[in-house]
Amino acid sequence: MHGLILRTVQRFVTDLYGPPRWQAVIKKAALDFDDFEAMLEYDEPVATALFNGLEASFEQPMDELLEDLGTYLVAHPSNETVRRLLRFSGVSFDDFLFAIDDLPERVRMAIPDLNLPHLDLRAYASGTFSLSAYDAMPGFGHVLVGLLRTMADDYGALVMVDYAGRTQGCESLEIRLLETTFADGRSFDLASAAVGG
Amino acid sequence: MENSVEYSILDVICPMHVVVSKTGHIVNAGPTAQKLGGEKGLVGRRFLELFQLSKPKQVKQIEDLASITAKKLHLELREPPHTSLKGVAMPSGVEGSFLINLSFGIAIQEAIGAFSLTNTDFAATDLTIEMLYLLEAKNATFDALRTLNNRLHGDKKAAEEKAYTDALTGLKNRRALDNELSKLVARHQPLALMHVDLDYFKAVNDTYGHAAGDLVLEQVAKVFNSVTRDSDIISRVGGDEFILVLPKLTEKSRLECLGDEIISALEVPVMYNDIECKISGSIGTVIWDGFSPTSPETLINDADIALYASKDGGRGRQTFYLPVLRERTKSEDDEGGDVVELWGIEAA
Repeated sequence: MHGLILRTVQRFVTDLYGPPRWQAVIKKAALDFDDFEAMLEYDEPVATALFNGLEASFEQPMDELLEDLGTYLVAHPSNETVRRLLRFSGVSFDDFLFAIDDLPERVRMAIPDLNLPHLDLRAYASGTFSLSAYDAMPGFGHVLVGLLRTMADDYGALVMVDYAGRTQGCESLEIRLLETTFADGRSFDLASAAVGG
Repeated sequence: MENSVEYSILDVICPMHVVVSKTGHIVNAGPTAQKLGGEKGLVGRRFLELFQLSKPKQVKQIEDLASITAKKLHLELREPPHTSLKGVAMPSGVEGSFLINLSFGIAIQEAIGAFSLTNTDFAATDLTIEMLYLLEAKNATFDALRTLNNRLHGDKKAAEEKAYTDALTGLKNRRALDNELSKLVARHQPLALMHVDLDYFKAVNDTYGHAAGDLVLEQVAKVFNSVTRDSDIISRVGGDEFILVLPKLTEKSRLECLGDEIISALEVPVMYNDIECKISGSIGTVIWDGFSPTSPETLINDADIALYASKDGGRGRQTFYLPVLRERTKSEDDEGGDVVELWGIEAA
């Protein structure tokens, strides 16, 4: 698994729960190192061990934890780069949502060896959408739920996002777009791109 | 073209267009182009007074545009911030009037700051936002790679500090020597310690370059390896300094032979391309019986004193340490007397 994902898990635990909790995760995972490098690839058993360690070190269910991870990915100050890069996808939340199929390709443009599950957004009548992630790692949908809810806040849109289950490796979400300009949202200034984010 | 309905189409499809009349005045500007004119905007002002058109040729009068239609135009704002722009002009359909579409080209990053541009300033089909995304993503990736690089570099240095081997010659390094010599002294192992300093090595390095010097050092390592036993410790302790620790070898006559062997082997010229690199070696040797009070530092220091005597005695020789040498060094320091002859007695 790509180090960027594992490193993000490490920072998620360290930033939100503190270094001792991270050490506890490492101990439960029985790993002989405690620092993931974002730009390296790790073997699958290492990733599996880490997620098992994560599950064993927290009281809350894994689903909730992964959703928090999705939120953390966009909302935490240390991830301003991720938020900014996501905001480039659209001028409003609906614009962003309609471009979400491109997300894996956008990620690959930035980091060629980081492969995300194929995403497919379907629109239904009355502002309802379903988003499917194919060949997704288990729990990926929960991360997406957290990420989309937080991006909606970021744009100031009023949105309901729910996890709709996993079938044959495909995780689905149900999204209801209630209002795209519900609140002011956070600002996005193209110009700070010039200073390198 | 001088029709507001059609302008509204252009405003959406090419938000950076301007329409210039045959008098050279801007009669319409897309919403993004309008920002180039600052507070006054662009409409009503003369195109060539605002923009300098330098390539593919200087344009002084608006009718000259006719000769460079459909070509890539290089423009620059005459006013600060003197932004560079790309453009393309075509006749607008109205007599003597031109439609010019502009773009920021590679200067986009400065332009965004200078004109406070946002996502909506670009046409929906324009890839500028994607380019900005890529630039920002590239910077983030670059930072991450630099972090990794710095960390790997730090790890490498740490590993080097822990290493026991001299990377160039494969001999042991100073740290390994100190470590193993301490163990031998602690075990009261009788031994001889030879401090070998290469003569004329600096000249080889300075004259023929470091590659030649490195080749010589590799050859020197081979010499030491061929004349010593597996149980001996051979270490490179400086650029051209080596310390050999020879456990259980305390017989002076055998050490004399070994010293001679080493010096004659060092004096065999090393061929670097077509150049003969000639060096020699000076040796200072101390013999320890295994029970007289001493320390690793003292042994190395004693060998140093003997080496100094060899150097002073004319190089290419071995000197055995005697306490008198230390006395002589002192008295030489005190009186500046000539002690070369005395040292010569002990020279092998």
